Amino acid sequence: MTPELVTVTIDGTQLQVPKGTSIIEAAKQAGVLVPHYCYHPSLPSPAVCRMCLVEVEKAPKLMPACVTTVTEGQVVHTDSEQARKARTGVLELLLINHPLDCPICDQSGECELQDYVFQEGQSATRYSDYAKRYNPVEDFGPDVLYVANRCILCTRCVRFMDDVAGSPVLNVSERGDRAFIGIDQHQLLDHAWAGNVVDLCPVGSLISKDFLHKARAWDLDKTGSVCTGCSQGCNVTIDTRDNTVVRLRPRANLDVNRHFICDTGRMNYRWMNRGDRIEAPLVRDGNRHLATDWDPALTRLRELVQRSATTVILASAGASLESLGMLRSLAGTAKLTAAVRVPLADAEAPLVGVPNLALRRERAPNGDGAKLLGYSTDFAAAVKAAATADLVVIVDVELTDAEATVVGAASAVVVLGTLQGMELAAAQVILPITNVAEENGSFVNRDLRVQRYQQARTAPGMGRPTWWICAEVAPGAAPATAAEAFALACGQIPGLAGMTYTDLGLNGMVMPGSTMASVGGG
Amino acid sequence: MSATDIAYRPVFVGDGKAKLEALFPKYPTRMSCLLPALWLVQEARGWISEPAIAEVAGVLELTPAYVKGVVTFYTMYHTHPVGRHFIQVCTTSPCNICGAEDVVKAFLQHTGCGELGNTSPDGRFTIIEVECLGACGFATPVLINDDFIEGVTPERVAGILQGYK
Amino acid sequence: MGFPHPSHAKETPVISRYFGDASARTFDGWTKRGGYEGLRKALGMTREQVVEEVKASGLRGRGGAGFPTGLKWSFMPKDVTKPHYLVCNADESEPGTFKDREILRWTPHQLLEGCAIGAHAIGAERIYIYVRGEFTVEHKILTAAVEEAYKNGALGEDVFGSGRRIDVVVHRGAGAYICGEETAMMNSIEGKRGNPRIKPPFPAVAGLWASPTTINNVETLAAAVHILQRGATWYKGLCLGNPKSTGTKLISVCGHVQRPGNYEITMGTPMTDLIFEMAGGMRPGRTLKAVIPGGSSVPIMTAEEIQGCQMDYEGIVAKGSMLGSGGMIVMDDSTDIVYQVMRLAKFYAHESCAQCTQCREGTAWTTRILERILAGHGKPEDLELLLDLADNMTGKTICVLSDSCAAPVVSAIKKFRGEFEAYLSRSRQRSMVTA
Repeated sequence: MTPELVTVTIDGTQLQVPKGTSIIEAAKQAGVLVPHYCYHPSLPSPAVCRMCLVEVEKAPKLMPACVTTVTEGQVVHTDSEQARKARTGVLELLLINHPLDCPICDQSGECELQDYVFQEGQSATRYSDYAKRYNPVEDFGPDVLYVANRCILCTRCVRFMDDVAGSPVLNVSERGDRAFIGIDQHQLLDHAWAGNVVDLCPVGSLISKDFLHKARAWDLDKTGSVCTGCSQGCNVTIDTRDNTVVRLRPRANLDVNRHFICDTGRMNYRWMNRGDRIEAPLVRDGNRHLATDWDPALTRLRELVQRSATTVILASAGASLESLGMLRSLAGTAKLTAAVRVPLADAEAPLVGVPNLALRRERAPNGDGAKLLGYSTDFAAAVKAAATADLVVIVDVELTDAEATVVGAASAVVVLGTLQGMELAAAQVILPITNVAEENGSFVNRDLRVQRYQQARTAPGMGRPTWWICAEVAPGAAPATAAEAFALACGQIPGLAGMTYTDLGLNGMVMPGSTMASVGGG
Repeated sequence: MSATDIAYRPVFVGDGKAKLEALFPKYPTRMSCLLPALWLVQEARGWISEPAIAEVAGVLELTPAYVKGVVTFYTMYHTHPVGRHFIQVCTTSPCNICGAEDVVKAFLQHTGCGELGNTSPDGRFTIIEVECLGACGFATPVLINDDFIEGVTPERVAGILQGYK
Repeated sequence: MGFPHPSHAKETPVISRYFGDASARTFDGWTKRGGYEGLRKALGMTREQVVEEVKASGLRGRGGAGFPTGLKWSFMPKDVTKPHYLVCNADESEPGTFKDREILRWTPHQLLEGCAIGAHAIGAERIYIYVRGEFTVEHKILTAAVEEAYKNGALGEDVFGSGRRIDVVVHRGAGAYICGEETAMMNSIEGKRGNPRIKPPFPAVAGLWASPTTINNVETLAAAVHILQRGATWYKGLCLGNPKSTGTKLISVCGHVQRPGNYEITMGTPMTDLIFEMAGGMRPGRTLKAVIPGGSSVPIMTAEEIQGCQMDYEGIVAKGSMLGSGGMIVMDDSTDIVYQVMRLAKFYAHESCAQCTQCREGTAWTTRILERILAGHGKPEDLELLLDLADNMTGKTICVLSDSCAAPVVSAIKKFRGEFEAYLSRSRQRSMVTA
């Protein structure tokens, strides 16, 4: 059913939006960002900060853009003198208590108070006799600190815990200008999704312990990526500083994770920076492995591939669709057994306020992509098959000792790995590959949504994407870019054939005809 | 667990439980029983402690944090122990122009509380200034526990206090 | 009667007729005085007929806003698909107002009868009477009256054999002025912080527990009793001024008058009659300085402005203020206006719910500037600052608490600027000495 449209004019731009849209969202479509604090598109709106007051023609007073819905023929002025005065008025009131400790505040540079103070030109308050002051910092939980002095009481954090997380452990305590965000003294903010309050906080009042004093916001490079923590496929931004990943933050995708990620995913980045990497191709020479340039290593691999009649691929379910697709072509005409290892956790950790969003039991990002490409998830069976194979290719998995023993019986073993410890003594060739932060690629999540991630840092040493290595040695088409590798991988999957990176855009695309399509809706 | 937890005696057992359960049919949700339940606690214990908040939260299927947010909103719930006799003197404008602040001074002087919000050394009295008690025509109204006393003047204070041991 | 004083000839005692008469408090006492006749009559009528009768009477909300009561009742859905609720606002806490407490104290059955009529008119089975926490005596009296009413069939599953079920729950507040705001009151009944809600949705659409709800003031419901008893035409005839303001109104007069108390007047009575005749005028040797006519939230009037002012909704608006809740604070020439405005601002700062920025910070800031002026540390620009701040606090927030804080400040500066400037010049002189 197509929604009924209404025509509105916002700051001179006429546009049509669905009936029921708030002015603030309609304004976004008209290219106007109405300043706001308490409003958040993924939270119920209380209209308390009063920052988004706009002038609506024929209305007796300024209206809060976040809760006022559009009506046919409505004319809105977000930048009239009245609206501007209301905004500077709010800022001035917020600046009574807000300490200007920006030089030591982690939020600095991505602070909505800073932004709007700058934008509206209201940099101070006319009142400086008194400001309310609390103990500087309160410990709210595993990763959250509360700096009460900076709080502007927008209540986003309280509403997130109440209405989205379904775990009301935060409150507004007291009233009037004595109010502050309170937490029960016996309860911590240890909900599996609690870290989102840090992102939601428009100022530096709720800050992350993990990120504390790590970097200034303006020194960060931001890269769109997909969380590798589970099969949900939450969209994230990888923030890097000097080629080091310093934090993960949620990236909005209304169909997958709205504006949230779980704490497990949020903390799942330190391994991306690990220094104990396989940095150069290693080729077996008698009892030892010698570091070589790529050419000798690839030559050795090509020989092994060409003479194998049975091939087994043991891959990580964190490998990209591109890599898993190209790995299959390594087998050529040989008999292929391919499996991925999908780590399983005991339980899901859902975010109750968002349909179809949880930290899933399958703790790998691309198990479903692997399945689409014909990979089995019965890793143990594939290991067993490896004992008698001509060639075993191990991709970014650390085998147990027992598995390594079984695999060692194969005629030839090749390891494509990121971390030291993945090498096997039995391997003929050991090749350095890139991790998710170091390459372009894509994953297919549990709802068969294909999503891209992009390179956020350069790989250490000589690491290359797995698909590139395969392209160098496999017979047939040799993709030169991730986009070409993607097209080739899609060609192997009925339903994805013809799909391109352009189709995926920023938020991915559900496999056409898929019955598992996201139930979240947008 | 702190000492207060160990010493805490639940309110909603026996008779207290019956009183609580009598509230349930009056409201369609458990949450709605919160204000009356908090009154029951305060009547029983004189103030609303952290363990009491936890108990109320438990019986009404709420979280302690939620309950605390509500408790601190309403000024009549005591989050600290107060004297046996809690004295509230109205000092909002209508009473103020009729000399309410002198009444406050008289109470402070005669009870030995010294300062507003303090409890007298003998534990008898705590005095606070309160905003409008809704008896402006009977200035100055004073609420001592549940006794509403009208037309209090500084001269009457000593006599009134006689009745509260 | 002009409780606690004998009735004055210029009063029209309708609601207040039995104030001070303890025997009117019981069910029997109330019935003997013609009580519950209005309810019986209402039960014999359809919902619509009751609403029409009240509409025709011209009764307007007595809590402060003055919205036509019959019209408000007519907003309730005709089909009862969800439970309907009537909430009686007995959270009287507007400084200067103390009329509802007397209704609760002396004629609790008058209120219960009014509540039952209202419930019938809006198709509600359950009534919540929200009594402010500080009204300890009134709470006891009302609770006892409810029990009595149940015993005598005036409440319960079959009210007076009509087949209508009407229940009353007395809900006790716990110290929050803002809970007198209707949406805050609904939150408070639901067991939440008393934060006002955004409108829309309006209570008649989604009120208590998202069900259709009507909130009426105690005096409004008490007036409905007499409208049903004696008819809309009679009630409408009680009018000396503007025909849009009908009936009687309880006016609480307090402050510097000789006989503070509640006076029930016919709408349109001159304000001077009320202050100087009924309430006895100023104390000896004093002259009138200012009047806040409708509870502390309305603009202050000067002694000149009250001349020729009619006590009804339109009459006071014409003089630049509002009838509000009918709480009249009278100040004589001994009053320090600056200090009293600071006291009022302090009241609002204390009672702000902390939701909207302008109110949360603005009320506290206003108070502190006024305190600074009073302490002799005022700055020359402080008055303009207060006015600008008041402008930022007016018409910008969810409810009108912020506006209520700004109104007396603005009107006081406008009308008594000299007093503010006197404080400021004292602080200037002091700074010159120290300089």
